[in-house]
Amino acid sequence: MSLITDLNRKALDRGVPLSVHLDVTYRCNERCEHCYLEHDGDGEMSTAEIKSALDQLAAAGVFFLTLSGGEPLIRPDIFEIIEYARSLCFNVKLKTNAILIREREARRLRELNVEQVQISVYSHRAQVHDGISKVPGSLDRTIRGIRLLKAHGLKVTIANVLMKGNLDDAEGVRQLAKEIGAHYTLDPTITPMMNGDSSLLALRITSDSLRTVFTDSTLVGNVEEFCAPPNAIDEDTLEGYPCSAGHTAAYVSPWGDVYPCVQFPLTCGNVREQNFADIWKNSPQFHEVRSIRGKHLTTCNSCSHLGSCTRCPGLAWMEGNMRGPSTADCEKSFIRTNIPTANMLKRGYTDAQAFSVSHDTLPQPQLRGASRSLIQIQPAR
Amino acid sequence: MTTTITTPNAPLVAATTYVSRSHAVAARELAGEMMIMSATDSTLFSLNEAATLIWNAADGKTSLRDIVENKICPEFDIDLETAYRDAESLVSNLASLGILHLASEPTLAKS
Repeated sequence: MSLITDLNRKALDRGVPLSVHLDVTYRCNERCEHCYLEHDGDGEMSTAEIKSALDQLAAAGVFFLTLSGGEPLIRPDIFEIIEYARSLCFNVKLKTNAILIREREARRLRELNVEQVQISVYSHRAQVHDGISKVPGSLDRTIRGIRLLKAHGLKVTIANVLMKGNLDDAEGVRQLAKEIGAHYTLDPTITPMMNGDSSLLALRITSDSLRTVFTDSTLVGNVEEFCAPPNAIDEDTLEGYPCSAGHTAAYVSPWGDVYPCVQFPLTCGNVREQNFADIWKNSPQFHEVRSIRGKHLTTCNSCSHLGSCTRCPGLAWMEGNMRGPSTADCEKSFIRTNIPTANMLKRGYTDAQAFSVSHDTLPQPQLRGASRSLIQIQPAR
Repeated sequence: MTTTITTPNAPLVAATTYVSRSHAVAARELAGEMMIMSATDSTLFSLNEAATLIWNAADGKTSLRDIVENKICPEFDIDLETAYRDAESLVSNLASLGILHLASEPTLAKS
């Protein structure tokens, strides 16, 4: 068992929220066409309120802290927030578009020992990237920011969100990342807006395009393994948890609302009114999310894909039932294996072409490439 | 100045050693064990209960011998010299990984 798996298991067994994603603002200096946020939002916590929230998260045992937005660097107090988070010994990952990163910002992030910076790049061509971000010149500024971060020794991941408008540029972005020395991830995830507006889903790439992605060994590794038929459902699968949301992971909005995940906007409490640990342990919403096992899922509990599907409970909830199927993931399982899901059969699937196939996510990589190195002394008992 | 001696039968660190935690790491205790991740190379470490006691006491102002005598020996019922040798080995390893600093004088934690 890897060390990160071991940590996740311990956190799960003890009910510890190992990871939290904190959006410090929904304001942004870009207007990306696929963004799921309403940038006006409900307001933001003050600096003192965010520090209080960070105190609460540390006391609850949170280790991995992702700071994001909106564009987090739009807040003038962002470095004060990061410095405070680091003083509490969080592992800090920052998600930014890097437009506001200049020499001073890059140096400061290095000084604060931010572990990783993730930056979205949609294309290596300004016309395409700027067309998606709606900000002329944004690609140049983003690339300049990435180069500065790399020059200061920070670990940078370029996240390439794939949609119809940039489908042909994935290879170009990958080559750009290679040239800069950044990690590269491809993600065809397009989700409904947090307010439930699903018009963004029209940006998703087609099923044929997704099939091409799923059979590209440079993206998925071993294609035969990735596209293999699902294993038979066993007791462990039926008793298993759908995902880490609400079990070892949570989300905090700029206004302090606590959700199971950024993609699962079910309000469980607010850290401005109630201690995070209290919300985490006692909110009825978290209890409900945690009560769900594979065997409790409607339709999915009889689906052959149950053990291998990337079903997102947040997307299922946004479809109307947190115990129900996440249609996008059903369709993805089908595209991957060419085996219809229980949900498809229930909906009257007869052949692949008759079913309107969209998709959602690629399996995400491990939290980070941690290597095991167990340091200990042996006390004589 | 800290002197590091690497011969097998000699102490690994200076006779009086002060240990301080690096600022370039993230750390959190989970079930009595300390998780540590290096911001430099994202390597993840886990310290067992005894090593966690040393980590928590590594304030740069308390000598390693005092830490072993006052934190480790009472907790683990081990003789001082045996525990100190183990602790020397531990802090030497952690220092070589850049997540702990060693000094021959009391100091504040370095970044």
